[in-house]
Amino acid sequence: MISLNVNDQNFEIDADPDMPLLWAIRDLIGLTGTKFGCGVAQCGACVVHLNGEAVRSCVTKVSRAAGQNVLTIEGLSKNNDHPLQIAWNEENVPQCGYCHSGQIMSAAVLLREKPNPSDADIDMAMAGNICRCGTYPRIRKAIHMAAELSKKGGITK
Amino acid sequence: MSNDTLSRRNFLRTTGLGSAGLFLGLYLPDAARAMIMTEHEALAADVYTELTAWVLIEPTGKVTLMCHRAEMGQGVYHSIAQIIAEELEVDLASVDIKFAQGNEKKYGSQLTGGSSTIRGSYKNSLKLSASARVVLTMAAAARWAVPIAECYAESGHVIHKPTGKKFHFGELVVEAAKLKAPENIALKPRSAYKLIGKPLHRKDTPMKTNGSAIFGLDKRIPGMVFAAVERNPRLRGKIKSFDDSATRKIPGVTNVIKIAMGVYEMDREGVAVVATSTWAALQGKKALKIEWDDTGFEHVNSLEIFSKQRELLKTEEGRILTTQGDPNGVITQSKDLLDVVYETPYQSHCAMEPLNCIAHHRGDTVEIWGPVQAPNWIQDYISKKMGIAFEKVIVNMTFLGGGFGRKALTDYPHEALVISKAIGLPVQVVWTREDDATQGPFRPGISYRCQGVIDGNKNISAIKFRMAGQNNDHFRSGDNGKANRSTSEGWLKPYFESIKNISFADVTFKTPIPTIFWRSVYASTNGFAYESFVNELAHKSGKDPLEFRREHLKEERTQKLLDKVAEVSGWKNKGKGFGMAVTECFGTTVAQVVKVSKSKGGKLKIDQVWAVVDCGWYVNPDIIHAQVEGAIVMGLGAATIHEITFKDGLVEQHNFYDYKMPRITDIPPIEVHIMENNEDAGGIGEPGLPPFAPALTDAIFDLTGKRIRKLPFDMASI
Ligand code: FES
Ligand code: FES
Repeated sequence: MISLNVNDQNFEIDADPDMPLLWAIRDLIGLTGTKFGCGVAQCGACVVHLNGEAVRSCVTKVSRAAGQNVLTIEGLSKNNDHPLQIAWNEENVPQCGYCHSGQIMSAAVLLREKPNPSDADIDMAMAGNICRCGTYPRIRKAIHMAAELSKKGGITK
Repeated sequence: MSNDTLSRRNFLRTTGLGSAGLFLGLYLPDAARAMIMTEHEALAADVYTELTAWVLIEPTGKVTLMCHRAEMGQGVYHSIAQIIAEELEVDLASVDIKFAQGNEKKYGSQLTGGSSTIRGSYKNSLKLSASARVVLTMAAAARWAVPIAECYAESGHVIHKPTGKKFHFGELVVEAAKLKAPENIALKPRSAYKLIGKPLHRKDTPMKTNGSAIFGLDKRIPGMVFAAVERNPRLRGKIKSFDDSATRKIPGVTNVIKIAMGVYEMDREGVAVVATSTWAALQGKKALKIEWDDTGFEHVNSLEIFSKQRELLKTEEGRILTTQGDPNGVITQSKDLLDVVYETPYQSHCAMEPLNCIAHHRGDTVEIWGPVQAPNWIQDYISKKMGIAFEKVIVNMTFLGGGFGRKALTDYPHEALVISKAIGLPVQVVWTREDDATQGPFRPGISYRCQGVIDGNKNISAIKFRMAGQNNDHFRSGDNGKANRSTSEGWLKPYFESIKNISFADVTFKTPIPTIFWRSVYASTNGFAYESFVNELAHKSGKDPLEFRREHLKEERTQKLLDKVAEVSGWKNKGKGFGMAVTECFGTTVAQVVKVSKSKGGKLKIDQVWAVVDCGWYVNPDIIHAQVEGAIVMGLGAATIHEITFKDGLVEQHNFYDYKMPRITDIPPIEVHIMENNEDAGGIGEPGLPPFAPALTDAIFDLTGKRIRKLPFDMASI
């Protein structure tokens, strides 16, 4: 049994310790917001926070998360109102939407570390996230907007 | 009630069975007619007629809309609702949307392709919604015993203007269902639209920012297990033998089965590993030891494919698709012929959501849940292939994490059903990225030979286009002996007015590689060849490429488009490094200008892209902007970053490390403009892609003098 805390809830799961966190979250815990895109740390669709750091859950063994805090897109805010989620809605960022759990989770760490990111900061933080639908121009815009919004509210996650 | 009475009348009636609500439908063979029926009647009528059921208004006033097409990013989930809410007069925010099941009788073709959803249905949707609003208004007027003219509908209510009394729609449905809608209901003029034409927020966005949107891979069915399949890595191979002893030791693995998945008319063999979790299935797949049987078909190599195409184009005339004048005569006599070959690669769709599908084979009924673009094709294929009655093949759509044409194929649902049948349980088959990237079908790689002559007035007097590449239709319906019907796709019709001698031909070229449409289909490759060639002819005649287009595309609508793209890009006072192209795709014409420059270090960079879209009538300008931005990014990847190549019958790319994608760092500023006119609606999901590559390569020519005729090319090498 492996115990981990996901979105402020404790889970005991019966998983092979080598199972990637991605599949543990999706198949065993049942949270499907975190996506599978490549399985080899190339696309960022699977990004979650492990103790506040952005990790690619497809290459993170579940054993590494044992006893730690995991945050997924479902736990980013209660009411879909994290500044990034508000900005994503305002700027109509998603097309198919499949990449955006990962995009938002990557951006959340960026904003926490750089509340006022430059375009170069955004490039650095977001280059690991592929969007096949090509929503990049809007991702950039929305991150800037979220930075503005969070000056008012502050970002904790 | 016979089909006849139903088909000839535009009517409202009630069955007296007690209605659960008001269903709005369209009678398809004569789609101009709107029909309004009770739910019972709609269900009953389905037995006899081809009645659609799109919108349900319940007595509570709740409005539910069925989305009959696939939502794969292009926005139809929202756009259809934006259309219906306009003429029905309901608040868009309060409308619920559900994906319809596969049912061609009710909804017409549900194939989401050819950028067809809005352009194919908007006129009917407008009429249907307006008819419903009118009968609801009539019902209210009757209840109040006031003239209809004193009543109007707004926000899901009918209001009596003089007194301000109101009913919500739900209170009126039972009576409305007994009324007959008048013929010829006047639709709103565009100037009166409250929703259509506005950049409203998509209704599916909130679900896509908190993880609650259910894509195929997220769907869960009670009792479901997981499977992964190791398929023959060569495209037509079989299995000699396999050793699953290591696989069976993996905890969670429950079954290992040899299977065959139908890809068009052939079967592709593989070994399926069924397990209690995705991870166990993937581990089991890795542990398989399989000996493949690859005899009996050609092991293709990319180099040979393209050199064979070039060889054929030297001598073969091909099957003529269309011709006018005498291009051969002009060309043979010309002393100054431009005669060049362009080459475009095979491409994988690589939608962000890898292929996957849930299937449950229950004997004489089968059910599928997944990210699918063509529910009716699945019903058709499965019923024939597995001997199940057509209507017993139930297909449920989820959101698609991208499709781009690949998810219109029926292979992966079939495979899931084969596995479910063998184990007797619902199963979700998960494709790895490697499976998705290497197994196709692919966009075909094509070579184009283009010959052209400039006359004394420096205009084009003759053009002869020949393409040598695989025909997607051959896989679906065999070689009918005719030219590929898409040979002139992408090319603007007004060119036929100005170029007196012109021909398009298709030089038959076949390989065992399965191919299928890829966003914008042949326009994505034709567009590069044909518009690059027009640019080359412009330069040859010493003319500005945009002016050259003006002289060859005299039609008024195209002239306006050219004016607009010149204006927004500052073409008149442009410096070095500008290129342009204009293509037509699925009823929409798009012109693009690309500007490139070199940094001090000599690095080539795209500074800006301007796109002007003429799609006629449109619903949501923001969705159009998004689609064109996305199409340009996808076009950028296909032109400068990735390609699928073959060696010894194997695909050489596997995942995003060797089939690389454009990333946020690669994206130039993109500016999109929409032409305003009252023409019929064109498509939007695809037409933004084809003009990008020829505009980019001409910008590079303008800056450096280097002509690029083969895609993809490496920006860094120029
Ligand atoms: S799925 Fe983890 S990086 Fe792509
Ligand atoms: S929105 Fe489709 S992959 Fe990003």
